[in-house]
Amino acid sequence: MSNTTAVTPVLECKNVNISYYTRAGEIPAVIDFNLTVLPGESIGIVGESGCGKSTVALAIMNYMGKNGRVKSGQILFNGRDLQTMSEDELRSIRGSQISMVYQEPMASLNPSMKIGEQLIEVPLYHENVTEAEARQRSMEMLAAVRLPDPQRIMDSYPHQISGGQQQRVVIAMALLSKPALLLLDEPTTALDVTVEAGIVQLIKDISKQFGTSMIYISHNLGLILETCDRITVMYSGEAVESGAVQTVFNEMRHPYTRGLFASIPLPGTNKNSRPLVPIRGQLPLPQNRPQGCYFGPRCDFFQAGRCDTQGGINMRPVPDEQRHDVRCVRFEEIDWASYRPTGLSGEQAEIGKTVLEVKHMKKYYELKDSSLMAMIKGKKVQYVKANEDINLIAREAETVAIVGESGCGKSTFAKVLMGLEEATEGEVILNGLELSHTPVQARKAQTVALLQMVFQNPFDTLNPSHTVGSQIARVIKKFDIESDPDKINQRVMELLDLVKLPRDFALRRPRQLSGGQKQRIGIARAFAGRPSVVVADEPVSALDVSVQAAVTGLLTDIQRNLKTTLLFISHDLSVVRYVSDRIVVMYLGHIMEQGTTDEIFNPPYHPYTEALLSAVPIADTSVKKRHIVLEGELPSPVNPPSGCPFQTRCPRKIGAICETQLPPLQQTATGHAIMCHIPLAELQLIEQVFQVDAA
Amino acid sequence: MIVLAAKRLVAMLLIMLVVSFILFSLFEADKMAVAGKVLGPYSSVEQRETWLSQNGYDEPFFTRYTQWVGGALHGDFGNSLQYKVPVSELLVDRLKNTGILALVFFLIMIPLSLTLGVLAGMKEGSWLDRIISIFSVLTTSIPEFVTATFLTGLFVYTWHLLPGTSSMTSGFSWKEMILPVAVLVIYDFGYVTRMTRASMAEVMTSQYIRTAILKGLPYKRVIMRHALRNALIAPFTVIVLQLNWLLSGLVVVEVFFAYKGFGSLLVDAALFGDIYVIEACVMVAVFIAVFSQFISDIGYTLLNPRIRFS
Amino acid sequence: MTETIKLDKEIPAKRESGFKRFFKALALMRESPVGMIGALIILFWVTMAVLAPFLPLYDPNAIMSPFQKIGAAAPDGGTFWLGTDHKGRDILSRIIWGAQKVLIWATFATFVAYVVGMLMGVLAGYKGGWADEIVSFVANIFLSFPFIILCIIIVATLGASGWTVVVAVTFASAPQIMRIVRGLVLDLKTRDYIFAAQTRGESPWYIMLVELLPNARGPLIVDACLRLGYTVVAIATLGFLGLGLPPPDPDWGLMLKEAVPLGAFAGHSMYLPAAALASLILGFNLLADGLREISLRD
Ligand SMILES: Nc1ncnc2c1ncn2[C@@H]1O[C@H](COP(=O)(O)OP(=O)(O)OP(=O)(O)O)[C@@H](O)[C@H]1O
Ligand code: SF4
Ligand code: SF4
Ligand SMILES: [Mg+2]
Repeated sequence: MSNTTAVTPVLECKNVNISYYTRAGEIPAVIDFNLTVLPGESIGIVGESGCGKSTVALAIMNYMGKNGRVKSGQILFNGRDLQTMSEDELRSIRGSQISMVYQEPMASLNPSMKIGEQLIEVPLYHENVTEAEARQRSMEMLAAVRLPDPQRIMDSYPHQISGGQQQRVVIAMALLSKPALLLLDEPTTALDVTVEAGIVQLIKDISKQFGTSMIYISHNLGLILETCDRITVMYSGEAVESGAVQTVFNEMRHPYTRGLFASIPLPGTNKNSRPLVPIRGQLPLPQNRPQGCYFGPRCDFFQAGRCDTQGGINMRPVPDEQRHDVRCVRFEEIDWASYRPTGLSGEQAEIGKTVLEVKHMKKYYELKDSSLMAMIKGKKVQYVKANEDINLIAREAETVAIVGESGCGKSTFAKVLMGLEEATEGEVILNGLELSHTPVQARKAQTVALLQMVFQNPFDTLNPSHTVGSQIARVIKKFDIESDPDKINQRVMELLDLVKLPRDFALRRPRQLSGGQKQRIGIARAFAGRPSVVVADEPVSALDVSVQAAVTGLLTDIQRNLKTTLLFISHDLSVVRYVSDRIVVMYLGHIMEQGTTDEIFNPPYHPYTEALLSAVPIADTSVKKRHIVLEGELPSPVNPPSGCPFQTRCPRKIGAICETQLPPLQQTATGHAIMCHIPLAELQLIEQVFQVDAA
Repeated sequence: MIVLAAKRLVAMLLIMLVVSFILFSLFEADKMAVAGKVLGPYSSVEQRETWLSQNGYDEPFFTRYTQWVGGALHGDFGNSLQYKVPVSELLVDRLKNTGILALVFFLIMIPLSLTLGVLAGMKEGSWLDRIISIFSVLTTSIPEFVTATFLTGLFVYTWHLLPGTSSMTSGFSWKEMILPVAVLVIYDFGYVTRMTRASMAEVMTSQYIRTAILKGLPYKRVIMRHALRNALIAPFTVIVLQLNWLLSGLVVVEVFFAYKGFGSLLVDAALFGDIYVIEACVMVAVFIAVFSQFISDIGYTLLNPRIRFS
Repeated sequence: MTETIKLDKEIPAKRESGFKRFFKALALMRESPVGMIGALIILFWVTMAVLAPFLPLYDPNAIMSPFQKIGAAAPDGGTFWLGTDHKGRDILSRIIWGAQKVLIWATFATFVAYVVGMLMGVLAGYKGGWADEIVSFVANIFLSFPFIILCIIIVATLGASGWTVVVAVTFASAPQIMRIVRGLVLDLKTRDYIFAAQTRGESPWYIMLVELLPNARGPLIVDACLRLGYTVVAIATLGFLGLGLPPPDPDWGLMLKEAVPLGAFAGHSMYLPAAALASLILGFNLLADGLREISLRD
């Protein structure tokens, strides 16, 4: 690293070890961590949950909480060790020279103080300015982060503005005193994709405009590619590979980095012919990391005697490359060219007859408005239009994905299907049976068994009070699949085999399982009654990247073999492209576009689909993408815009007609349907959103 | 906001109505028993019947109930059987005494427990926190009349510093106030302290406090401006609701120290079977309880901008 | 990962015996010294209460020589280890028998209040809508009575007896328990496993009792502990006000009521029951604190 000494780095972490001290003993959260940030550079730190990313960020702020401590090593800011600074010195640096943006904007802002007051504090306490000046500066900064009407925002409380706006406020707060270093800890994870795209754009512009150095923490490789110059990949508390973004993305050297890339659904992967390759096993807890290389038990190149030596593995520079380091004893000798791991591939099952049909389904929720205004006007009941005119067909062995951002009505749709909510209008036909007005309790056991669900959150999908086996057994009993205890037991074992979990898991309680394992049990439970349709509501979005691929693979594999119809609900277009045969795009309760996966990803696009596609970050340097940033906020479904629901944010809006008339559904011969006033022929001419470079 | 207040008010009136009805049916549905209480156990059936018809008890139950409610609204609860004076006179006098006791109690308890709670919650796990926490569990564990027993034993019997009764027969005396107030404060401050501590501790671990610290604000400003406001919302409601608890405590303390307040009036009435006094006292107590609930709900909304503006 | 372990029919995990689980729980208490102290205090009083009939004690109601000091010799050659009261009854015996009485009634009353309160709470929380409105309104009515005042009314109507105490405690505590359970259920019912149960068509009662309640047990155990303490206070307070369990059987509250006016020359007959009462309640509060601390840890 001799070539970096010419300029003083803004930040330098040297052999940093950080531990938390708990009742159970010392937990080494970060081990032997090195990082150099040059002025103006932006560094990405990527890694799965619990690998120590946030710990690094907080250590840089020298804010370790009650039980955390930097055990050894130095963290130098402009050449000075933060550890040795007094409280007063730290205070003068925090918020003025190093500032931070957090994952949850709502929780990071004080709920009982006006935003203006929270902003002006920064200049008031760090610089000698008058209150008027501080206010002026805050307003300018709000405008700089592209918030409309800064005056109004200054006078609002945090809960009065949307999540995206809150995050812009936090960014503005962080930039107010022109810091030398900006830390961003998963700044967009809590936001919707189209809102995320706006914030990412803002962050990129800021680093250019202000020349601020940045550390951008994320679990999403695509975002790092879009925002950073350099990247550090972390695994279980250690940095395993670091280098320039282009180098690491194109010529990664560490088996974990390689595994990570193989398990994300990049364009070009496909569930049948080019399946994802999951990393086997699971992340070790800090308490039971293996000896030697922490990645050893999951690594295909593990070599006893070299990879499990005492004392750990050192980070070593890659010969003939600049500032590219890898923590692997074998990286020079691994021959990636001949390494062809395979995922769960399979033949596309033949798509059969129609199993599920939804016709003109509507679901309105009543909302009692008890404000004084409503009482005076006599308009006491309002409707949340969660689903408007949903039409959809799903056939045997087909995977239909429903995509859309939060509040677009995906989950409501699932609830109506399952019979947890009654449809306001329309029909839901399952195997010829009309179900839209039959609540689940009134359905026959066989009917209920035919339609089952996999839930989103692994932490609440299983009841913590009962054993895993008894929860699966209950389903088998309930659906009259078996009644003899031995047979039920037998079936439970088969189901555990099906989801590739050891049989003795039946006796475990949910808290003894990892997230991915719980999600597998959730899948076993859904398939216990031999369903013909399974609704999966964001089944992998709460899981770690490396585990996601395994669970997705499992789900599609079971579905393929059993010829089940899968309704895959998700906000993540990359996963959706990977798993689905057909895609339905929803916005504010309406279906904006539906068609086969190819049709959705190629022109003609619906303007909303186009924006959505361009918002998805893609971790592939060979993909060139058009950037479309949507203006405005997601309207509330209580008060949807007139005319086209997308009218308030649509970049292609053609005029008054969009504001007054609900657009027609334009359909092609193949069934590709787009709801827009722009004629199909014209939409057809739109350029591809992303192109894969041949080179 | 106004709608919420109106709704609460209606609910409050409804509860008062139901309570009054339960009370009335409990104590006055059986006419003969009422007459028995009034005229004494040795009165004859004829005497009771004459008394009943003279006092309007021949009317149907509902008519009597409405008349009683009407009277109660004008402050007319009938005459006390024990003291032979109008219940309202008795009540006003006793309520005034109890009010003084409660006021002094609140004036001492609130600043004490808020300060201790904030100090303890500011640095969770520090020695100050531990001492305050343990001390407050100890004191809340000892019921009022047990504390009163120990205090009386020491200050009255052993050291002869204070009077053992607080009947204030020779006019108001601060000396006689000390023990009753001390007992109430000792028992009650721990609860509020613990609530304040929990609230403060939660706020101190919240992300917005982290934001404030990492903004480089001085510690004092972080506490005073960012933490306190949010941390005191919960204790506020607790303190107001404390009125309801306090009434129970007052009953015990007043009986113990023979303080001529509302609580001792109620217990005397219960022991004597003075039904009109019981009815009146209970209505007043329930009114205070329901009203404090109302104030606490409204206050909570006012203090919490997240609710106020939605 | 995929190696399978053959397991024979024993799917339902063997439940440990109650005894074993009790000691496991006690071992857990080691993690919280405060809770440990509380548990020991309670254990002491429970043992006393259970052993009361077997200990060499005087009849708690037998009238012997009044105002004997601690450790004084009894007329029959025995010892009044804790002296006698103004009527000449053995204080040690009265305290131990009093412990038995207060523990039995407090446990029973709390149990009844819990059954009622939990059913109300799950119903209101899970069903919502009208069921919630009605149950909550009824609860609010009883919550609007200050605790002691509610007891006074009930005693004034039903007369003083152990059963009256049970009724009074139920009326006063059940609404509070209902509120806690309702809050817990409102939170728990949005969990996916509840949706999973609903989507397989389970009946509401199955969901309430099998899927919901077991998950609410943590906070409820802590609350039950605190509430036992309150109930002991309530019973003693009623006794002190002369509205509790009827004399002459020993009752801590009543013992205090009788002893305080004479405290000037028989301090021990007043301090001892007071200390007994305070220690028992402290035990419950400390145990509750310890349990809460442990449950918050993981
Ligand atoms: N206060 C704490 N006490 C004990 N252990 C902690 C504490 N905070 C974090 N840890 C542990 O330290 C390790 C690193 O945590 P950290 O929060 O830095 O991970 P992360 O990479 O930011 O994860 P995520 O992606 O979930 O935000 C984890 O194993 C975590 O459980
Ligand atoms: S050190 Fe060994 S086990 Fe670790 S990543 Fe390299 S090859 Fe794999
Ligand atoms: S109808 Fe108009 S506003 Fe709607 S998507 Fe088409 S162009 Fe945009
Ligand atoms: Mg983190």
